[in-house]
Amino acid sequence: MSISKNTGRFYRIWDSDIAYSFRKSPLAIVSGIVALVIVLAAVFAPWIAPTNPYDPSSLNLMDGFTPPMQENAFSGNTFLLGADNQGRDVLSTILYGARISLFVGFSAVLFAMILGISAGLLAGYRGGWVDALLMRIADVQLSFPSILIALLIFGVARGFIPPSQRETMAIWVLIVAIGLSDWVQFARVVRGATMVEKGKEYVQAARVIGVHPLRILLRHILPNVMGPVLVIGTIGLALAIIAEATLSFLGVGVPPTQPSLGTLIRIGQQYLFSGEWWILLFPAITLLALALAVNLLGDWLRDALNPRLR
Amino acid sequence: MLAFIIRRIVQSAIVMLVVALVSFALFRFVGDPIGNMVGQETSLEDREALRTTLGLNDPFVAQFGRFIGNALQGDFGISYRLQQPVMELILQRLPATLELAFVSGLAAFVLGVSAGVYTALHRRGLLSTSIMAVSLIGVSLPTFLIGILLIWLFAVELQWLPSFGRGETVVLPGGWETGFLTSSGRLSLILPAITLGLFQMTLIMRLVRAEMLEVLRTDYIKFARARGLSNRAVNFGHALKNTLVPVITITGLQLGAIIAFAIITETVFQWPGVGALFINSVRAVDVPVMAAYLVLIALIFVIINLIVDLLYYAVDPRLRVERSAARH
Repeated sequence: MSISKNTGRFYRIWDSDIAYSFRKSPLAIVSGIVALVIVLAAVFAPWIAPTNPYDPSSLNLMDGFTPPMQENAFSGNTFLLGADNQGRDVLSTILYGARISLFVGFSAVLFAMILGISAGLLAGYRGGWVDALLMRIADVQLSFPSILIALLIFGVARGFIPPSQRETMAIWVLIVAIGLSDWVQFARVVRGATMVEKGKEYVQAARVIGVHPLRILLRHILPNVMGPVLVIGTIGLALAIIAEATLSFLGVGVPPTQPSLGTLIRIGQQYLFSGEWWILLFPAITLLALALAVNLLGDWLRDALNPRLR
Repeated sequence: MLAFIIRRIVQSAIVMLVVALVSFALFRFVGDPIGNMVGQETSLEDREALRTTLGLNDPFVAQFGRFIGNALQGDFGISYRLQQPVMELILQRLPATLELAFVSGLAAFVLGVSAGVYTALHRRGLLSTSIMAVSLIGVSLPTFLIGILLIWLFAVELQWLPSFGRGETVVLPGGWETGFLTSSGRLSLILPAITLGLFQMTLIMRLVRAEMLEVLRTDYIKFARARGLSNRAVNFGHALKNTLVPVITITGLQLGAIIAFAIITETVFQWPGVGALFINSVRAVDVPVMAAYLVLIALIFVIINLIVDLLYYAVDPRLRVERSAARH
């Protein structure tokens, strides 16, 4: 074979259908780059950010409200994207804020995915009353908007946690609340796919030779239902990031000591009337770019994995 | 038909019971109710006596039964934060939320349907393309950013509209506080209503457009045109009429979403409604208000879903056929 030199792992990925469809879609490439830049910037925030916004000793209140690219009259400092009310560099708060937004978003989606996949596999494989019960719960939950569910779970959980631990637990409560509000989509898709796979010969063969049901589910059925799960997961990530921002904006999300993008927007909104637009605008743009890019990637992935559209 | 209705009502009752259970658990097990009522110097014996008089030592089922009995009479206790009966607080703020939800729902329906019909009939027009582009922004922007954007544009830069509150209100004879009757009240309503309704409007518009395009391709529309009916009669009398069944269903379901999303809009615009009350209660862990809101919102959703389901069943004959076919 003439291409035998290039059969390394990288080449196999580069040559796959998915990679081909990615290379052919300019929108997917742009979204991918935007998402990648924001994710990398957030992950490496401690090394990239000009200042550490969590470190009170690096703050100077005299820097407060410095407009972007302008020298502060008192301290002589300049900030690329300006400084907020406490004199924190807006660029640094955005980088650290995106870190928290992404952490909450990823964790919440992962939690929802594990919960939804388990419920879906169980319901689809076992059928009967387990299926009926899980799907009724899913139906009821689907008739409420997920942001409302997340808000209610967050409120209820806050009620049960003692006041001294509310600040430290807030981020985990948030992840669980957003995750629990979003598991239904996964469960429904996995259940449907499992019911289809269950009847196929390879599953029956595995059952006949006495493979443990758990092993059948995880090793044989799960890999075959992962395609749609990844699509929902990507779109779910965008939704989770927006849900986190919304809750934090409402003041019921992450504590103000660790501002996420939503918290930054809430802080910025207070100064909109006095003309300090940069405190609001830059976090808002970052949030929007991130959510839009992830959403478009999800759309592309859905089309790319759908054989009917090829 | 009757069996279907009964099944749906039983299902709704179960949902309400579960919500009531969560709400009661919140009420009963978050913190110590006695600790919230008495001072520090109350002795342990007095606390125990009070506990017995209030029935907090009764079995769980008895307490839950009493909670439901009280809830059915609209009694959810007294807010920890505001020291007022919860039901009074909610009823005071309900008109603000309902007026906002009503106006934005109506605007979303009317504008959504007209824009949807227009973009379906003039697919390649400049206006249609721009409407579709704007709707894409409307779908992808989070609600609170839309609100902030509108405040910045119309309240800060242009200074045309107020940015917060309800303006002047008039109390109607029934105790209903309305903002419809004063000009400042009506002006204050515009921005929150747009914020709240924009997402629903784009949703309805896209739905109407897709349904219209689908229907316009069918044979009976071609036949109607062949018969020489006017464009108006074909487009509105035949095409639009047949798209409205799913549209009405979705709109009905979105009514609940509007009331839920009012939480966000009310926070952005400091609108004195039930949603803002709920958010402040979550922040302050004001359990009685949270519990009552939980029950109230669940009730609204269950009722809306029930009505929509029944409506759908009554309007669309195909559904009845499919259901009876599936059963045999």
